[in-house]
Amino acid sequence: MTPRLNPAVVAVAVLVYLFLVGPLVIILGASLSDTTYLTFPPQGLSLRWFENIFEISAFRRTIVTSFQVAFLATMLALVIGVPAAYALSRYRVQLPPWLGTLFVLPIIVPEIVFGFALLKSVAAGAGAPIFVALLAGHTVLVLPYVVRVIGASLSSFDFSIEEAAVSLGSPPMKTFFTIVLPNVRAGVIAAFILAFITSLNDVSVSLFLTGPGISTLPIQILAHVEQFFDPTVASVSVLLMVLTVGFMAIVERTLGLTFLAK
Amino acid sequence: MTQPLDLQSVTARYGTTKVLEDLSLAVGAGELVSLLGASGCGKTTTLRLIAGFLAPTSGAIRLGGRDLTRLPAYRRNIGLVFQNYALFPHLSVRGNVGFGLKQRGVPTAERERRVRAMLDRVGLGEYADRLPAALSGGQRQRVALARALVIEPPLLMFDEPLSNLDAKLRVDMRVEIRQLQRSNGTTSVYVTHDQEEAFSISDRVAIMHAGRVMQFDRPETLYRRPANVFVARFVGFENIVPMRVTAREGASIQAEVAGIALALTEEAMGPVPDRFLLGARPEGLLATPVAATGIPATIGIRTYLGRAYQYRCDTPAGPLVANGPLSQPLDPGTQAWLVPVPDQCCVLSPERTP
Ligand SMILES: Nc1ncnc2c1ncn2[C@@H]1O[C@H](COP(=O)(O)OP(=O)(O)OP(=O)(O)O)[C@@H](O)[C@H]1O
Ligand SMILES: [Mg+2]
Repeated sequence: MTPRLNPAVVAVAVLVYLFLVGPLVIILGASLSDTTYLTFPPQGLSLRWFENIFEISAFRRTIVTSFQVAFLATMLALVIGVPAAYALSRYRVQLPPWLGTLFVLPIIVPEIVFGFALLKSVAAGAGAPIFVALLAGHTVLVLPYVVRVIGASLSSFDFSIEEAAVSLGSPPMKTFFTIVLPNVRAGVIAAFILAFITSLNDVSVSLFLTGPGISTLPIQILAHVEQFFDPTVASVSVLLMVLTVGFMAIVERTLGLTFLAK
Repeated sequence: MTQPLDLQSVTARYGTTKVLEDLSLAVGAGELVSLLGASGCGKTTTLRLIAGFLAPTSGAIRLGGRDLTRLPAYRRNIGLVFQNYALFPHLSVRGNVGFGLKQRGVPTAERERRVRAMLDRVGLGEYADRLPAALSGGQRQRVALARALVIEPPLLMFDEPLSNLDAKLRVDMRVEIRQLQRSNGTTSVYVTHDQEEAFSISDRVAIMHAGRVMQFDRPETLYRRPANVFVARFVGFENIVPMRVTAREGASIQAEVAGIALALTEEAMGPVPDRFLLGARPEGLLATPVAATGIPATIGIRTYLGRAYQYRCDTPAGPLVANGPLSQPLDPGTQAWLVPVPDQCCVLSPERTP
């Protein structure tokens, strides 16, 4: 028995796909256009706008900065967030309930306010280098995602397994690495990818924390479109997509888990 | 290797709620002791205390003369079998069983040999490379058992290890556990809320209630000579009747409840104080339609037990539950007499009523 498809449902599904895939197709098309302005469908085929990315030094620099910041911020957030998520689930009964909320604040508070606050406090106040301010901002930005995702993964973890290991003679710290972490690996990978992409795509926090000489790719894209209307931004977008997908593939391969399917 | 375990007036709390109160328990070397009690009475808490996952607010825990009270859990060297088995999901059966030996720095070759031997002993030789997820409940239970046994601990603890298994497997496994424990002579603490399981497997049973040990004795003693009303009800003395001795002649006693005189004998029930509570199982009160020296009763609801009929009755001493023979069914509303069967009755002191 095959269920009959409701035409309205099919129509909605098609529309959703169009909205999701449409922009990607348009960007890909526009990036390949031979014209000096953004257009779709592309007129003529050329890779010159991809080459152009690398001729503009600001793009070269910001791509590197963006990936550096995304990677380092993600790692920092993991170093802080994994123990935090662990403590929040392990000692849920003993800890005050607002403590968990604390880690979601950066999501709840509008990012612009938060970014501005950070600019004031970190960069200007302490006279910290711009890169440090940027890194700190992004770490705080992605931390809630890390805590949430790993927390969700730990909520199905049976802590008596940890006690079993301890009773067999494994010290608590070692137990965390040999027993707890391997069992929430899928969550760690998911958190990594989510945090990385969040940082890579961020505009609002970065806007307040970039400065002379140091900027991120999304900010550079904004700056570029203010002056030029050529297809370079489309090419950068495609490049960014390819790099992100490639990076995710590497993370997935090396850690060997199909968390996205779950 | 076998060592006695001694809990000395241990008190434990979770936050502000007292869970264990002044609990003392002495388990002899090589003995298997069960903690038996209703849900929430503190059985698991007692195990967690001994294992070191919870610190007592007062009192001491000693194993083989060594004070464990301040020793961190990972250095206590106690084999623990969890209720849900708590196997490491990411490790194979071999990895699970070998874990404790690895922590002890046992060289790979010897570890492998001991794990093999242990797996063969619990009948899991062919499953060494499986992950726990690919095992049945009974097999997981064996892995948990092997994992705790292979480190040859001076103390083994089981937290309702059979509660997830079906009835038949449960009986088989408890015999196996008893055999393994006997052959190793390892001091053991076994938690269950199944009375039959506790009585069949244990040298002694501690009946717990609200964080206290109500009685700690051999199963036979608990079953026949409960020390207080709580334990009496727990082991099936459903009828508790307050009585007064009116006359004694040697071991024969005349006692009275609500003006009804009964003849009893100390030979079957042990010493009887002047005021006492008579505990009687349903099979300890024989329901008979012929007028006899018993408690007059009006038959209420009759239920069929297979080996006998059971009656809920109204009597001058209050509602009582009695059994009667299959050959003589009594109808609701009829008059009957309930005659105490001394060796199915017990005597309780009223002052020990909690
Ligand atoms: N982490 C905790 N925080 C607060 N109270 C707890 C905690 N764990 C247990 N308790 C309480 O302590 C009491 C004893 O719990 P325990 O787990 O020892 O019971 P148990 O005898 O093992 O019961 P069961 O047969 O259901 O396993 C219960 O009243 C329970 O509510
Ligand atoms: Mg329990």
